[in-house]
Amino acid sequence: MEKASLKAMSLEEVKMRRAELQRARALQSYYEARAQRKKRIKSKKYHRILKKGKAKQALKDFEKLQKVNPGAALEELEKLDKARMMERMSLKHQNSGKWAKSKAIMAKYDLEAHQAIQEQLARNKELTHKVQAASESEEEEEGQEEESEPLVPDMVNGVQIKANGLNPWMFRNHFIDAEEAEVQKDLEDPAEPEAQETSESEEERAVVEEETLLKEFEERRSLRQKSELNHMAEPVHRRVTKDPSSQEVLSELRVLSQKLITENHQSGKQELSSARTAQREETAREEEEPMLLQRPKRARTLDELEELGREGCVENKELPRTAVEGLQLEKNLSNLIGAPKEKKRKEQMIDLQNLLTTKSPSVKSLVVPMTVQELEDEEERDQRQIIKEAFAGDDVIRDFLKEKREAVEASKPKDLDLTLPGWSEWGGMGVKPSAKKRRPFLIKAPEGPLRKDKNLPNVIINEKRNSHAAAHQGQVFPHPFTHHQQFERTIQTPIGSTWNTQRAFQKLTMLKVVTNPGHIIKPINAEDVGCWSSSGSDLCRTEESKTTLYTSQKTSGE
Amino acid sequence: METVPEPGSNVPPKKDRLQTKKKKPRRYWEQETTGTAAGASPGPPRKRKRNRELRPQKPKKNDTSKKFRISKKPRELKSPRPQRSLSGAQDPFAGPAPVSVEVVQKYCRIDKSKELPHPKTKTRSRLVVAEAQEEETSVRAARSELLLTEEPGFLEGEDGEDTAKIRQADIVEAVDIASAAKHFDLNLRQFGPYRLNYSRTGRHLAFGGRRGHVAALDWVTKKLMCEINVMEAVRDIRFLHSEALLAVAQNRWLHIYDNQGIELHCVRRCDRVTRLEFLPFHFLLATASETGFLTYLDVSVGKIVAALNARAGRLSVMTQNPYNAVIHLGHSNGTVSLWSPAMKEPLVKILCHRGGVRAVAVDSTGMHMATSGLDHQLKVFDLRGTFQPLSARTLPQGAGHLAFSQRGLLAAGMGDVVNIWAGQGKASPPSLEQPYLTHRLSGHVHGLQFCPYEDVLGVGHSGGITSMLVPGAAEPNFDGLESNPYRSRKQRQEWEVKALLEKVPAELICLDPRALAEVDVISLEQAKKERAERLGYDPDARAPFQPKPKQKGRSSTASLVKRKRKVMDQEHRDKIRQSLEQQLQKQEKAKPTGARPSALDRFVR
Repeated sequence: MEKASLKAMSLEEVKMRRAELQRARALQSYYEARAQRKKRIKSKKYHRILKKGKAKQALKDFEKLQKVNPGAALEELEKLDKARMMERMSLKHQNSGKWAKSKAIMAKYDLEAHQAIQEQLARNKELTHKVQAASESEEEEEGQEEESEPLVPDMVNGVQIKANGLNPWMFRNHFIDAEEAEVQKDLEDPAEPEAQETSESEEERAVVEEETLLKEFEERRSLRQKSELNHMAEPVHRRVTKDPSSQEVLSELRVLSQKLITENHQSGKQELSSARTAQREETAREEEEPMLLQRPKRARTLDELEELGREGCVENKELPRTAVEGLQLEKNLSNLIGAPKEKKRKEQMIDLQNLLTTKSPSVKSLVVPMTVQELEDEEERDQRQIIKEAFAGDDVIRDFLKEKREAVEASKPKDLDLTLPGWSEWGGMGVKPSAKKRRPFLIKAPEGPLRKDKNLPNVIINEKRNSHAAAHQGQVFPHPFTHHQQFERTIQTPIGSTWNTQRAFQKLTMLKVVTNPGHIIKPINAEDVGCWSSSGSDLCRTEESKTTLYTSQKTSGE
Repeated sequence: METVPEPGSNVPPKKDRLQTKKKKPRRYWEQETTGTAAGASPGPPRKRKRNRELRPQKPKKNDTSKKFRISKKPRELKSPRPQRSLSGAQDPFAGPAPVSVEVVQKYCRIDKSKELPHPKTKTRSRLVVAEAQEEETSVRAARSELLLTEEPGFLEGEDGEDTAKIRQADIVEAVDIASAAKHFDLNLRQFGPYRLNYSRTGRHLAFGGRRGHVAALDWVTKKLMCEINVMEAVRDIRFLHSEALLAVAQNRWLHIYDNQGIELHCVRRCDRVTRLEFLPFHFLLATASETGFLTYLDVSVGKIVAALNARAGRLSVMTQNPYNAVIHLGHSNGTVSLWSPAMKEPLVKILCHRGGVRAVAVDSTGMHMATSGLDHQLKVFDLRGTFQPLSARTLPQGAGHLAFSQRGLLAAGMGDVVNIWAGQGKASPPSLEQPYLTHRLSGHVHGLQFCPYEDVLGVGHSGGITSMLVPGAAEPNFDGLESNPYRSRKQRQEWEVKALLEKVPAELICLDPRALAEVDVISLEQAKKERAERLGYDPDARAPFQPKPKQKGRSSTASLVKRKRKVMDQEHRDKIRQSLEQQLQKQEKAKPTGARPSALDRFVR
């Protein structure tokens, strides 16, 4: 075929054609080589980053697709679902593999192995987890599920949720308690809640659970209606993907899409009738997060939550109620998850928020409000305008926290880097010595003293030394003192007349030597000095007169 | 007297003289003193050694010192021996008057909470002397409280009656004529909302209307000192150290007038000033400007000490902390920053409100700060290191102006209403539960200040000036040497000179005004280090233990080593014990105090 075509061409054409082919082949080989090289890279970090990038890209694509071509997006979701089914059918990522078995034996003694197993289980949960709720296309799919997917009945999913969510009993402790607190705040007694819990046993819990379920159903229905309006006649295609790598990406996508969905929900709160549902949604999401996920991931989600919370804050100003709820929600979550360290940090944040948002009782003054309002209706309106302007856009707390963080960073002692670039390594423009090479030459700065504002979230205290004032302070202390605190104690009482009564002032500032006018002060002569010696005083004592005794005592004292 | 060995040893003067001739290195003044000491009534016997410790130098010897010795211990005030007078009658209240320990405590200034490193004997004696001195001076000060004859005023409703319901007219009716004359209104509708300022003695009042009206008067006698129109917008007005000088923040620049209304200076380096504050002990005029600069002007030498850029836009909220002369600025991002001229950055930044800060006030003890913001909240903060809100209150309109009185009453101007809250005592924060007084004015509040030493609140508003009666607002007793409302011109001049001599340098302004009584540890350490470097060894380092040589074969090498080891082990043990104690303390701190852990907690992540 190629030969025939070659024959048909002229010489020049043939040459060009060949060059083209050569180029293509070369490119292909380059590409292959590169792919192989990449594949051989052992760095876990690299792969992690790669994976993350891929997932992000996929999510972005998905979003775009959703906007441009909802049908295709639906297909993608179908794909996800399919992948999930495959995963569920297979026994992958469970404890049945060779590797898993060997690890399971080791897990008891080796922390790493234990973690690896946990990780795998988490992965399994993640993969077999249904992308839940919310998204319009998903809902629609759900609608059709009953006809088209007899393999996976709804019940299974329901069970699944329960199985891999948090322990509902545990969960209830935090979540519903908070709810109760919200509803009947005044009834709640700080000392009692535990007792209350134990006494009001399962029936109440069941009731509450039923309620939540009902709400969920209602919500779904409403959503479905909406989505049906949007996508009346969307063709549904299915495609089976068996490519394992794509599956991986898909799984990532799934997790991310979940988040996206919930976030969407947060922003689209107004649509969802009440702020309540949004809150529930978020907690639901939290529920979905597989319980055995490893730490770093948790931290990530926590950060995200924080951001969400902040968004909530921005919204606060319009909807104070949601703000309060959001706050409480945040509290819940911090109770729910969070290693102690994170918890601490979290608490600090909350503290700051509380500090500014706590509802302080308003003053009830008899005369003031009514008449004032009459008088100054316009004025007040103006003021409201001002307030709205002041609140528009700027998040005071976040700015302040950022400022504080910067201040803390700036006050930290810096590490000293003594690396000489180019030693035992390539150097030159744009070449940075690797961290490994730098480490031995990095002199860590000693940790400074604790900041005074460490536990004060709303305060930045300047730790810089006031050298101007220091110039006025004492820089040495006199002899008999061995510690500056001792000396400080002796100079703490002021002696000026401003702080003392006249008598005390006179006494404190009394001269050590008072010279009387008219007296001649003679220099010391030898006789006096001779008398100073102990032998002299001994001589004196022989006289045994009272006066001499007196003298000797006097002199020895001096 | 102290040297008298036994009670009742009367030294004949003749012998005394002889002695001086012979051998004693007598000081020329001792002749008389011994005479008087001998003549004085015999004191109780004391240990001589202790006596020396207390007074290393020649102590004074007369009756006052003895008296003091008794009064030093207020708890042991039952003087044992009632002294007999010539007539034979007994003094029923013998000895010095008793002083209550609480009052004495108020004047004690040594911070005994800090644990001192174990002092040597010599040092300890110094410490003992210092403490004795402190006790003496504080007892004296407590005793002199007797001279504070005036008592603060108060307002009490009949049972169940709210004091906030009592109107000014009622108060004026109830009080004496002199006090009633202190309530007055100046109707000045023409020249716009007024800012006002009382002089430090509380005798003079200056006010400036936004449309250029500036006046100063002796508000007690209502004698006008000057009245001018500066033909420019007046933003703020303030007396300088005395009532003779007046700083006016005008539209462009800062002007200084004397009490005749003659313009003395125009300070062009302070332009577009919005607020003025005068720090009386430093002679500093602090100005906050629209351009965002906080400028300190030393009015005694006419130099600008510091111009600090607050980097927070327009500054229109400023107040001073009378305790430590730190300037508080309120910003539009809800923060309050604390400034000193010695530092380019704020000493402290506190996030107080969600909206901008509208007003800030600090009480005279420097413990509490009240802020109000655009979020309609009024908060009282603790300024003693924690900077946390103590109480908060939402006001229907939010307060635009705040002021603390000398005794800690808090006034807030909201629209055309003034609310005043009172606390329990002097140093307690005002409780925002119930207003103590309320008053409606004829215009919107534009300036608020409590008059020092008078139970009067001056309010500048768009309808003029109102002087309100607020019982219990001011310190009832004034210090005649410090700020005397009744001083004459001569006295004022005298005081001016003294105050100038006692002027505090501007760089000493810092959060803790008592920091001056501390040693600069950092430079101390630095000097020590340098010295050790120069010498090649550390002269202050403790020498290693060297066992004393002993006789009778006890000083063998083995026993020396043994003794050394013993000491070493002891030190080692001490160290371990200390570290253990520290660990224990840490653990105790770390222990959560909350409810007992539940078994189910293990599932919580």
